[in-house]
Amino acid sequence: MKIIPALIGALGLFAMDAAAADAGQIEEGKQVYQTWCWNCHGEGVGKPGTQALAAKYKGSRPAILDQRTDLAPAATKLFVRKGISIMPFFRKTEITDAQLDALAFYLARNATKPNGK
Amino acid sequence: MLPPGVTSNTFADAIRQFQGIVGRDWVFTSDEDVALYKDAYSPFWGEKDEILVSAAVAPDTAEEVSRVVRVANTLKIPIYPISTGKNLGYGGSAPNLSGSVVLDLKRMNRVIEVDDKRHFAIVEPGVSYFDLYRHIQERGLRVQIDVPDPGWGSVIGNAMDHGVGYGFGGFRDHFYSHCGMEVVLPNGEIVRTGMGALPGAKTWGEYHYGVGPYVDGLFGQSNFGVVTKMGFHLLPAPESYLTGTVIVPRRSDIILLVEGGNQLEHAGVIGMPEYGSPLGGFGGAADPELRALMARPGGPSVAELEQHAEKTNRGFFSLNLQFYGGQKVVRAQWEYAQEVFAGIRGVKFNEGQFIKFPATQEQLDRAHKVAIGVPNMAIFQIGARSALNPSPTDGHLWFSPLIPKSGEAILEAQDVFMKAFRDMNMPSLVSLSSVPATWMHRAFVFIMGFPVYRTNIEQNKKTRELFKHLIQVAADHGWGEYRTPPAFQQQVTDTYSWNNHALRRFHETLKDAVDPNGIIAAGRYGIWPKQMRRQKKA
Repeated sequence: MKIIPALIGALGLFAMDAAAADAGQIEEGKQVYQTWCWNCHGEGVGKPGTQALAAKYKGSRPAILDQRTDLAPAATKLFVRKGISIMPFFRKTEITDAQLDALAFYLARNATKPNGK
Repeated sequence: MLPPGVTSNTFADAIRQFQGIVGRDWVFTSDEDVALYKDAYSPFWGEKDEILVSAAVAPDTAEEVSRVVRVANTLKIPIYPISTGKNLGYGGSAPNLSGSVVLDLKRMNRVIEVDDKRHFAIVEPGVSYFDLYRHIQERGLRVQIDVPDPGWGSVIGNAMDHGVGYGFGGFRDHFYSHCGMEVVLPNGEIVRTGMGALPGAKTWGEYHYGVGPYVDGLFGQSNFGVVTKMGFHLLPAPESYLTGTVIVPRRSDIILLVEGGNQLEHAGVIGMPEYGSPLGGFGGAADPELRALMARPGGPSVAELEQHAEKTNRGFFSLNLQFYGGQKVVRAQWEYAQEVFAGIRGVKFNEGQFIKFPATQEQLDRAHKVAIGVPNMAIFQIGARSALNPSPTDGHLWFSPLIPKSGEAILEAQDVFMKAFRDMNMPSLVSLSSVPATWMHRAFVFIMGFPVYRTNIEQNKKTRELFKHLIQVAADHGWGEYRTPPAFQQQVTDTYSWNNHALRRFHETLKDAVDPNGIIAAGRYGIWPKQMRRQKKA
């Protein structure tokens, strides 16, 4: 019987650690987004990525990238490493694999599947 | 892929040594990683002549660059330095020679110094315009940087490719406004130019020459070394900014318009003069009647265009003037500018935007941000998908011939290039109302952007043929490109052939002396190492 509170405690700790890790990942991903994505894909005038996605989706999805709820991490990683249209691909000296993981996690934070995983 | 002429054992040895210098994480050899160093806007995308790289090495300090270069020189490994790798439209992050190892300097992203009393900055190659702007804003420093269209480019890399911006006077010419360099030579030795050669110098960012020969120019658009630090003169942050537009009714009025623009600009009264035509710019004519006129076989006559301009009360050409300085000064300068153009029959003046810095968000949104030193990415709206452009391109190439800074030259360039397009049976990017870009302080560049596609090889081939034709046509009229993608660097530098290519031969003499193993940026702007010279020129 004594084992149960200990187990619950351990699970609780694990859950808190996981939540903290997620928050850290989201914060890091947000910083990557601000540095590398926002200038084209953010809100406001003169944002070619936002303009392009507005023309593509015609209101069916948000044109601003970090308002999307359907971006699977694999899709984000594909676009960053392969490019699309006039958006070139990004080297690992610009966005490391770890930063790309964080970015993909951040952009998937509102996805319908938990954590976009 | 191996570098040309390098055995797999030697290459493996080089990679091991590179890893020992910069760490395993910063040497890239997998196909997936090295593919990221291709030119994203390559006109050879997917063809056998597309330039590929064998590996990439990313040092963090000048000392690491020096050690990497020493290894490359010992083992005769061709290397190609890039700074942020964003030279898109002019080659991106790819070398001229397939199989080169890219020396990626993006990690070297330190702002060494910004002085807002003496107005200069010293930076490393990985520092982008966004980085330098942020550094200045976060510290409230009273300087304005001069920025090109895309803000993610390297301050050093842009200058090294003779890149240009939108601000005041000579600041727009980013190489011209630099002051002092630190360079790793092909033998690995580090030199500092100008005052930097003096140990403990206090004026490295202020006085260009030091004493003796001035060598900085050798390192731009070339392959004699790897620049690891560079100084730049900066504009004192202006108190205010004012724009005003001059509109003239007839096509031939461009001659007096440019004369007036030159008088104001060369005397330091205005910043960058922006010529335009109310009849249509990059996006073409919005007016259906004008669009129909332009699309007519053979195009409209000058008289028809002038009639349309008169009927719609638009004017034929315009000149946007930009004033920087104290409020009283910019108002007086605008008043004076109107006097300069007052003699043109039918001229009109429209006062534009006034900003007393710091600008509000609404003012920033309205402004041409690069003109007031605010880096951004809006230029990519050209080519990207939009309501008016449902079929986005995959990139572009810039054709950038320099023409004299006169209205006569503009009219001649229009006629010559319109004919060149007709001769190639291609839709013309030039019309009777086209105007040049004015980034250069003392010349015009009659720039044209050509789309490239990753999935349309046939179209890319046609574009390459057209591009080559335009280079030759321009040269036949005494116009040379100031900058060009690697695919055309040989042809363009071939046109600079005065006295049996004396300048090329001098460059080659220097190359052989400075880089006898030919390891740095082989082929950049037509300068090939001795061992490849005959083969590559053929």
